[in-house]
Amino acid sequence: MGKITLKSVRKSFGEVDVIPGIDLSIEDGEFVVFVGPSGCGKSTLLRLIAGLEDASGGSIAIDGVEATDLPPAKRRLAMVFQSYALYPHMSVRKNIAFPLKMAGMSAEDQAKKVDNAARILNLTSYLDRRPGQLSGGQRQRVAIGRAIVREPAAFLFDEPLSNLDAALRVSMRQEISELHQTLKTTMIYVTHDQVEAMTMADKIVVLNAGRIEQVGSPMELYRSPANTFVAGFIGSPKMNLIDGAEAAKHGAQTIGIRPEHIDIHDSGPWQGMVVLSEHLGSDTFLKVNATGLGTLTVRASGEVALRHGDTIRFAPQPGKMMRFGSDGKALA
Amino acid sequence: MATQSSRAAARLMVAPSVIVLFIWMIVPLAMTIWFSFRIYRLLSPDRTGWAGFRNYAWFFNSPDFWLAISNTLLLVGGVLVITIVLGVLIALLIDQPVWGQGPLRILVISPFFVMPPVAASIWENLFLHPQNGLFAAAAIGVGAQPILFMESYPMASVILIVSWEWLPFATLILLTALQSLSSEQLEAAEMDGASAVNRFRYIVLPHLIRAITVVVLIQTIFLLGIFGEIFTTTQGGPGSASTTLPYMIYKQAVIAKDIGRAAAGGIIAVILANIVAYFLMRSMGKHLDA
Repeated sequence: MGKITLKSVRKSFGEVDVIPGIDLSIEDGEFVVFVGPSGCGKSTLLRLIAGLEDASGGSIAIDGVEATDLPPAKRRLAMVFQSYALYPHMSVRKNIAFPLKMAGMSAEDQAKKVDNAARILNLTSYLDRRPGQLSGGQRQRVAIGRAIVREPAAFLFDEPLSNLDAALRVSMRQEISELHQTLKTTMIYVTHDQVEAMTMADKIVVLNAGRIEQVGSPMELYRSPANTFVAGFIGSPKMNLIDGAEAAKHGAQTIGIRPEHIDIHDSGPWQGMVVLSEHLGSDTFLKVNATGLGTLTVRASGEVALRHGDTIRFAPQPGKMMRFGSDGKALA
Repeated sequence: MATQSSRAAARLMVAPSVIVLFIWMIVPLAMTIWFSFRIYRLLSPDRTGWAGFRNYAWFFNSPDFWLAISNTLLLVGGVLVITIVLGVLIALLIDQPVWGQGPLRILVISPFFVMPPVAASIWENLFLHPQNGLFAAAAIGVGAQPILFMESYPMASVILIVSWEWLPFATLILLTALQSLSSEQLEAAEMDGASAVNRFRYIVLPHLIRAITVVVLIQTIFLLGIFGEIFTTTQGGPGSASTTLPYMIYKQAVIAKDIGRAAAGGIIAVILANIVAYFLMRSMGKHLDA
């Protein structure tokens, strides 16, 4: 079981309010991703849940039990750190067994659990090596192994993939998702990478300056962002946000249109000059200097023979445009 | 870079300093070995010639010799234990964020800057002295008899003084090692349910083991030759109670003015140092590897 409830949780370091007050409910078995730009307080929030930081106010409950003042070890949570935080002088086996040893489990049971975790994570042939002899991905798996043997109420991941190269990141992302399918344990995952958030999460919590901007499933956030911040943060490449006269025409302060929701055709209402075209094969991303709108990103499917200096006309797809008021909030 | 010719050039370039260092080492050693087999007494310069192993035999037959060896090892061992145990504890303390951390650390380091005879004099006269000493005043204050440190516990007093001098060195090395421990490792251990004691035992101590090895090796080199503190305080006494091997050599060279015997003692000291170094490297050398 791993239901976590935060009630007006606050955290300040001296004069600085890092988290001015957060209410959040995480259901049992959910994969929740905290996402936001660096310095938005997402790691602090995770450390508050872990108990590595003391909350300045509010309360944290785990499975309905008040946990605000419990030490980390008593919260039945396991954490995977950004640097993995493996114990360098211990073998992989001892690293994974460490929490069990600290819990006073018998050597026999420890061995059984370690072997089981090693099998799940494909670490069996590395059990007698030191962390220093492993690759980044293997270290990551050892850190996860050390977390799963404790059978925690929830797993906490603090940007676990940021030290891996791009290819490994994609495969570890899948492994963690599969692990969640197998274990069905609550997972809280912190990242600044919105792609990780979109691909892994059941529920995304978008944070900005210590505040929750929006909570929802990846597709909810994609389809109907609550404000311009979420609109600009979720989706890759970023949503085009257009101010000024064009927005006023639609009765809004700002209008937003995603690159994939713009079609290039000769009778389109907008016109611009291509300043950059990125050919990925499957897609072509065009940076277009559009008259009266600023620089927009346009996605064209497949290979498009447009290059720097070409002039194109294009149009937003009907019904895909989003409107935001002067406070940045989405208009109905 | 490492072509045949560049390696040859490198050897050629390094050769002068290697040769100078080799001569620097081998000439005194060879002369000491030479003198140790000669009859060479400053008080009877007319008596010369080969002594054979008689200079060595004198040492091994001297009633003080084994006492001096055991005192030397006791001094080294005692100071090492005290400085490392206290050094780890003080390093843990001053690693905490406290007000005035900078000045505090300088204060902790400062005994290392005091010259050995000065440190020994301060301790003998201001702390351990049975009439003027602070400890005597404290003892009288609680109605007890002042302890005659230099007379009743000469080796313990010397170990105390030398430990005070070397504690900053150990603390400094251990503190820097402690600061290089990643806080995430400690937090991970905390999440894993390790108590403060277990975190120290399973995370901090293994992390410090290399620094401890460095402290042991470096201090041993210097502690084997401790002389000034004994010379200033107990003069090896009472009797021979606090005589160490270096002090015994000093007595032969300067008091008895027998250069041959002193040289033999020097060679014995070199052999002792090598035996100690061999066992140290065998037991602790593996911690120096990455």
